[in-house]
Amino acid sequence: MIRALWAIFVRDVVLLTRGAQGRGGAVLPLLFFVAVAILFPFAIGPDSRMLARTGAGVIWVAALLAAILPIDRLVEPDIEGGFFDQWALRGIAEEALIAVRVVAHWLSFGVPLMLAAPISAGLLSLDGAQLVTVELGLLFGTPGLAAIGVTIAALTAGLRGGAALGGLLAIPLAVPLLIFGAGSLQPGGEGGLLLLAAASLAALAIAPFAGGAAIRAGRE
Amino acid sequence: MQECRLSATEIACRRGDRILFRGLSFALGPGDALQLSGPNGTGKSSLMRILAGLLRPYAGQVEHEGRVALTDERLALDLHLPLEKALAFWGRVDGVVERVSALGLDDLLDVPVRYLSTGQKKRAALARVAASGAPVWLLDEPLNGLDANWSGVAQGMVEAHRARGGIVVVASHLPLALAGLCAIAIEAHAPVDMLP
Repeated sequence: MIRALWAIFVRDVVLLTRGAQGRGGAVLPLLFFVAVAILFPFAIGPDSRMLARTGAGVIWVAALLAAILPIDRLVEPDIEGGFFDQWALRGIAEEALIAVRVVAHWLSFGVPLMLAAPISAGLLSLDGAQLVTVELGLLFGTPGLAAIGVTIAALTAGLRGGAALGGLLAIPLAVPLLIFGAGSLQPGGEGGLLLLAAASLAALAIAPFAGGAAIRAGRE
Repeated sequence: MQECRLSATEIACRRGDRILFRGLSFALGPGDALQLSGPNGTGKSSLMRILAGLLRPYAGQVEHEGRVALTDERLALDLHLPLEKALAFWGRVDGVVERVSALGLDDLLDVPVRYLSTGQKKRAALARVAASGAPVWLLDEPLNGLDANWSGVAQGMVEAHRARGGIVVVASHLPLALAGLCAIAIEAHAPVDMLP
């Protein structure tokens, strides 16, 4: 079982990072994340105090939108390809598969976002202390975003227009992460990080069960 | 080969508001083979998925002992990978390194799966089943797209698997040349009957 899950994990990481079979890989959400930080100063002007005050919130909105981009290719291609059926035949629980996929998705999306955050922070005139808080926030928050993404992907797999619907469903679920993440950057908002971690853990705890049930229900 | 058994008791299948078949029973032991035939849309593929445990029967029970391997229209091989790597993924999942050489895939191992022809994909799926080491094979239309030569080879593999004590269920509208084959014909909208 562990051997099988490890093989599946390695495949998930490679597929989600490099992309193939109609999956764009990790680059697209990353470029999107940085592009928002590039565009924002153009839109509101180069006033660095204004940028520093609003920039942290922009980073969080960009992270949320970047999390939505890959939703339609997180689960659907493997259901269509028959992989989930084959794993079920081998007695591997859907819950375990979803948990593995959440970790793989986080590695391919959360970690690159954290690596790109200094670039975004520079473009948005955030200072060093704010950058540290952003990085901590992303460390706590992106696992939750990954869990929500995979859950929604499992729920909308096989639906017509699943990609657009997935985005719409994920946004309200991600609102707590956005509030606590952006809130942690306000003066005196350090407690937000703990609430962010709590919201993220809740999403992580629910994802395998919700996603696994969705995949089983999709077989009927 | 591990002990294996596959039995269905009075199973019925409902898709939407239609009963596709009902009252279907059989029991298979080591070395047995069963062919499911019938017109399109009578529920052969649904029955295969029920036997595999992927669908719940509307009524009745399916019991099996021993692992089940299935091929259907979903290939379950990564289309962008060379065939060798795509098959190796299942080898790692199943913990086997054995490769099936009987199906003539050796020349195709470095070809990405999406470039394979229909018949070559069928052979690749059959190789995945054969390499899995599962005693119960469920093959949904395994001969579609295979020419006479490979069709014979595939049936030879089925016979060899039965000789090792495995169970094979084949859903196919093509006649099969298998010794001692049981056959169930699923009729459209009628109670099914079982031939010896």
